[in-house]
Amino acid sequence: MTGDIWQFAYIIAALSIIGSIKWLSSPVTARRGVLAGQGGMLLAVIGTLLRHEVINYEWVLICFFVGAAIGAPLAYLMPMTAVPQLTALSHAFGSLAAALVGTAEYYRYVGAGHAATGFTMTALVVETILGYLTCTASIMAFGKLQELVPTRPITYRGQNVVNLVLLAVAIALGVWMIVEPTPFWVFPAFTGLSLLFGVLLIIPIGGGDMPTVIALLNSYAGAACAAMGFALGNRLLIIAGSLNAASGFILSVIMCNAMNRSFLNVLFGAFGQVQEGTVAQASTRPVRSATAEDAAQIMSGARKVIVVPGYGMAVAQAQHKLRELTDALTRRGVEVEFAIHPVAGRMPGHMNVLLAEADIPYDRLHEMEDINPEFAEADVALVIGANDVVNPAARHDTSSPIYGMPILDVDKAHTVMVIKRSMSPGFAGIDNELYYMDRTLMLFGDAKAFVGEIVKELPAH
Amino acid sequence: MSTEVEMSIYVLVLAVPLGLQLVQRVSPLLHTPLMSLTNAISAISVVGAILIAGSGEAPRLSRVLGCLAVTTSTINIVSGFLITDRMLKMFRKKDSGKEHGS
Repeated sequence: MTGDIWQFAYIIAALSIIGSIKWLSSPVTARRGVLAGQGGMLLAVIGTLLRHEVINYEWVLICFFVGAAIGAPLAYLMPMTAVPQLTALSHAFGSLAAALVGTAEYYRYVGAGHAATGFTMTALVVETILGYLTCTASIMAFGKLQELVPTRPITYRGQNVVNLVLLAVAIALGVWMIVEPTPFWVFPAFTGLSLLFGVLLIIPIGGGDMPTVIALLNSYAGAACAAMGFALGNRLLIIAGSLNAASGFILSVIMCNAMNRSFLNVLFGAFGQVQEGTVAQASTRPVRSATAEDAAQIMSGARKVIVVPGYGMAVAQAQHKLRELTDALTRRGVEVEFAIHPVAGRMPGHMNVLLAEADIPYDRLHEMEDINPEFAEADVALVIGANDVVNPAARHDTSSPIYGMPILDVDKAHTVMVIKRSMSPGFAGIDNELYYMDRTLMLFGDAKAFVGEIVKELPAH
Repeated sequence: MSTEVEMSIYVLVLAVPLGLQLVQRVSPLLHTPLMSLTNAISAISVVGAILIAGSGEAPRLSRVLGCLAVTTSTINIVSGFLITDRMLKMFRKKDSGKEHGS
């Protein structure tokens, strides 16, 4: 009986993991969800350590220590604005683990001299290819988010063909390993191709598509775990892995829908590349600019202000100043609301986290469908570091790469204020006609400094 | 097909729709915490890593790779859960938000 304790631990671990995702669906129960997740993970680890196959504890424990010693500072030292990078990096480690286990299992079979069954081998191949490609893809995503790698899409002629051929060769090697014992060079070559494919997969994807990509990588990491479950005959791994694969997949579908684009388009479309023609003719049209004092005057006289944050707010770390502005305006009787586009920022829900960090109550944050009708009655729409998600071209300009993307209707507000560094077109290189409207005031400067100035200039009440 | 494999496939076909259902209802407010929580959970591969790192009969190369895998998956677990926790601590409602500031 004692030999079976680990099986009970696994069952409870699986239930906890299911519960943790369920509880995370509401802010009220979210903390419980994290506790359940931690508990489930702990049970999975303890259960595994109790299995009679595990006899060497020293190294496993040392590795736990090393891992915790690296992981904990990583989570505590990163600023909140760097959550997307951190998630990408964390992913890279997790999927590397899955790939390494696949590799280790492969060499275990080779070392034992007997071939694995076709089924086990298939699972191992799937696990390894997904693990390695997710690892390098996550590292590339990290590089782009941290701006160590150029965030613009990098494309070249025949890119998709090269990528597909590479993937096809990797899969062919995988199939070869499944059907018969292969020469010793095949597995390393297979590994190398998987790693390379991960890099090439991310190179043509722009920073603006990172919310979709990070969710998708999450899905791949889950799928790698589920494949590992099949290879090891371990159902806990299958449950946790497929829950993960499903959740990552759903999130990336939600992100794609929010941009009205298909999966294939995000992965192979190289957003922003097509647009070079329109960038050149952009900057000559006149715009109206205003000072912090003007902005403060208008806002203090307003009844309702809707703030639209974007990635620029994260870069400038403007969320705390924004909180001060919100408080100051609220004290003067101005209603301040926040409009959050689903793909604002660099990962799903990015803006919500930053505004929560600045202690802005979450019931002030509104989703696109809920807030769009309210712009018509807003006196001021304040756009901070958002660009494509407020570009009216998405509604009518069929030649625009963002045509068809649902946007926030800021142009319906009485006055539109846009805080922006300069007139240079945004990340995707698409010009924004919002800036040239008569009702639009451009507030040029660093978002954090500018919002701070507006707070100072607000007339006493 | 062995019963073992058959059971595993049953588990898969039940777990995938469950995952789709669970996540569809998560409020967009919590998408980032959800991402980092599932990121931490994807490090469940630690189970496979321990099995091979602690195994008595696996060749040395496999055990070394297993140890590396235990380390990297622990990094994933620890950083994933800690950052989720840090994030969720920040979400508050209007009342508690006002108490805290202004």
